[in-house]
Amino acid sequence: MSINVYLAVGLGSAMGSVLRYSVSLASMAMLGSHFPWGTLLVNVLGSCLIGWLAAKTSRIPHGKLARHQPLLMAGFCGGFTTFSLFSLETLHLTQQGSLGLALFYAVGSLPLCVAAAWMGERLAFFKPTSGLSS
Amino acid sequence: MGHGITSVVLVALGGALGGMARFAVSNAMAHLLGKVFPWGTLLVNASGAFLAGGLLGVYGVPNAQPFWLFAIAGLLGGYTTVSSFSLQTLELFQRGQAYRAALNMGATLLLGIAMAALGWWLAQG
Repeated sequence: MSINVYLAVGLGSAMGSVLRYSVSLASMAMLGSHFPWGTLLVNVLGSCLIGWLAAKTSRIPHGKLARHQPLLMAGFCGGFTTFSLFSLETLHLTQQGSLGLALFYAVGSLPLCVAAAWMGERLAFFKPTSGLSS
Repeated sequence: MGHGITSVVLVALGGALGGMARFAVSNAMAHLLGKVFPWGTLLVNASGAFLAGGLLGVYGVPNAQPFWLFAIAGLLGGYTTVSSFSLQTLELFQRGQAYRAALNMGATLLLGIAMAALGWWLAQG
């Protein structure tokens, strides 16, 4: 594995992390901090995006997207989504005594994200994009 | 919220290091244990949750301090991932391995929360 692949993953992850941080600040400003909407949103969106990218790159293996796969998938999508914050927020909700919300958040999040990845994949197959399809 | 560029740099730096560490760990695990089950992502997420729980125990409620921005929003946020988990679980389902897919979901959820709680508890002393 060359050093360039690692640098690409690092760059993508840095961009994804900054965007995730911005989304969580914006969601706290708009929706308050009773429920971790920001983390749920980035995890669902990032899962949808990685599903879309995986479908596109497997269909066009020598395209531009496939060449930048480490930057986009392991890098950007990986840095944009987060599991550690999800765990912390679940723990925090439990400790605050919001057991119902904690359970709803914990049990709902992961299946929702898998469904989002599936939807991203469907989108990649259904919508022909003008620049990439030959 | 008023730290502006410093916050962005701290999150970006942590995110870059965390992402590269995740990539290294998942590659090493795929090499060691094969690609039948996404062990790498599970290990990354469980260990990241443990460390995050420990930091919560030591430093208390999340805030906008430089260390928190670098270590939690950046490093551990970039180290752990949900997108790879979602894609790998979906792939297991689509390969007809619904049992493994369900196992991955259950293990990720239970291990993640248990490790975060354990990290927090240990940090309490």
